[in-house]
Amino acid sequence: MSMLAYDGTAMLGRQLLRLRNNPGLLILTQTMPISMLLFFGYVFGSALAVPGEAYRSFLVPGLLVATASGGIMAGMFQAAQDTHRGVTDRFRTLPVSRAAVPLGQAAADLVATALGTVPFVLVGLAVGWRVEGSALAAVGAFALLLLFRFACTWAGIHLGLLTRNEEAAGQLGGATFLLPLLSSAYIPTSGLPGWLRTVAEWNPISAVATALRDLFGNAPVPAGAAWPVAHPVAGSLVWCAVLLGVFVPLAVRQYAHGER
Amino acid sequence: MTSTYAVLSEGLEKRFGQVHALRGLDLAVAEGTVCGILGPNGAGKTTAVGLLTTLLRPDAGSARVAGHDLVREAAAVRRRIGVTGQDTSIDGDLTGRQNLRLFGRLHRVRGPAGRSAELLDRFGLTEAADRPASTWSGGMRRRLDLAASLIRRPDVLFLDEPTTGLDPVSRTLIWDVVRGLTDEGTTVLLTTQYLEEADRLADDIALVDRGRVTQTGSPAQLKALVGAHAEVVVPDAGALAKAAAVLDRLTGAQPTLDHERNAVGAVSKDPTLTIPLLVRALDTAGVPLLDVSLRPPTLDDVFLRLTEPAPEKTETTETTTEQTAQTGTTGTAGERERAA
Repeated sequence: MSMLAYDGTAMLGRQLLRLRNNPGLLILTQTMPISMLLFFGYVFGSALAVPGEAYRSFLVPGLLVATASGGIMAGMFQAAQDTHRGVTDRFRTLPVSRAAVPLGQAAADLVATALGTVPFVLVGLAVGWRVEGSALAAVGAFALLLLFRFACTWAGIHLGLLTRNEEAAGQLGGATFLLPLLSSAYIPTSGLPGWLRTVAEWNPISAVATALRDLFGNAPVPAGAAWPVAHPVAGSLVWCAVLLGVFVPLAVRQYAHGER
Repeated sequence: MTSTYAVLSEGLEKRFGQVHALRGLDLAVAEGTVCGILGPNGAGKTTAVGLLTTLLRPDAGSARVAGHDLVREAAAVRRRIGVTGQDTSIDGDLTGRQNLRLFGRLHRVRGPAGRSAELLDRFGLTEAADRPASTWSGGMRRRLDLAASLIRRPDVLFLDEPTTGLDPVSRTLIWDVVRGLTDEGTTVLLTTQYLEEADRLADDIALVDRGRVTQTGSPAQLKALVGAHAEVVVPDAGALAKAAAVLDRLTGAQPTLDHERNAVGAVSKDPTLTIPLLVRALDTAGVPLLDVSLRPPTLDDVFLRLTEPAPEKTETTETTTEQTAQTGTTGTAGERERAA
């Protein structure tokens, strides 16, 4: 275990160095959610029945979660790139704990996410979003957000190690952009036709978005929703546990075995 | 299983789907020596390195590397080896120095910063050390790759075609380093397509063809397996056929004709062939001569002769197809490698 901690820290250090060598990348990844907040909040928001400010308060937590689900894409791309460039194979020939490489990557992604969330939240505050609940609940909301991101990144790492090809990972990763569209990230699910509403509410993004809105005090938990959305915090935790329980072992196994 | 062999493999086999990349690799590399694995594209060289460095799991056979079983003690093997693969495998987003320090930490090197600086200096990379490796030239990246494999002095160093596509400066530098390593007790196993490289560096050569070791020995021993290379130059094309007939008879090998130079050559299968013998025979046959030469075989000659496909060795009939079959083999072997 101490070997895992040591190697994991070294791998985390590697990823953080990459971040420091390329600070522009971190800024770049945050321009997308910020511009989406402005477009959705002001352009689309103007056509909605709800007042603009209320929609933007609804949208900020949703976009936070949608961006967190981008961990699938980020994890996938990074793992595929390392594999494609032969870096993964070199790590495999080193006396390094088998879980350390993916763990270091996921942990570094968490640091980057935490840093990247700051400018987004500032823009959110500027467009009228507020923490309307307790400070403690708000801290819980951010912790839940990071946990969800961590789980998504592990899923991405597994897929990236499977794909082994940056371009394919980029293409496939782009498709994950669609996931939040069928959830309550951008819209309330209550208006959806029955079966579509069920699908959207079983999307893990819906549970986490609802949990964040609940914890921030931005919007009440919708009535008559599916279980993960009706009990958003518990639902979110279960979803994260499921994702981690499935993808951590898979990613570590895939890393350890490679193409053998 | 004695400890005097740094690498000892028996019957290693590896399949990738339909492709039988290794068909029973037997290899014994003595400690502190450089072993060159020589073979055409697709012979299984890279697969052999993949297996011996724990990247791939063998389908059959066993091996000990640095005294540890490859499969059961993979972690112990990894602590004792250094690997430089065919493609550069350093992190381009990190600087050269950051790369080396990272590998130093992962190898539990005491004072990774000092060791990194030392290696950067030894490989002539100090000046570029703090720029991202992605901005470096191919030769510099290869050198960094090798430096990363040496961060903790390995018991066994694996180099997969370490100088393929390199400029002469980087190549010479890498050769110097490899030669110096054995003085420090490191065993080196290197694959190469360059005969000159094997000739210069290797104490022993294992000739690999189609997933098997077909021949082993020192460069000198391998050359002794093949007779001298005889060449006769005649004044006109008319005498060429006559000269070829004499050469065919004396060398026991199919001569190759060079119509531009009116020259005919053959790698002799008879080690007792001498120039006087050759001249006398040509003179008796009435072949006018411009030049006659007999030079020791190069590893090229060895390579061409010993990697030929020869399931049944009928010395006289096989010779015609020898040269054409050779080029044919390389082609299909290349395809095999791509498929793998």
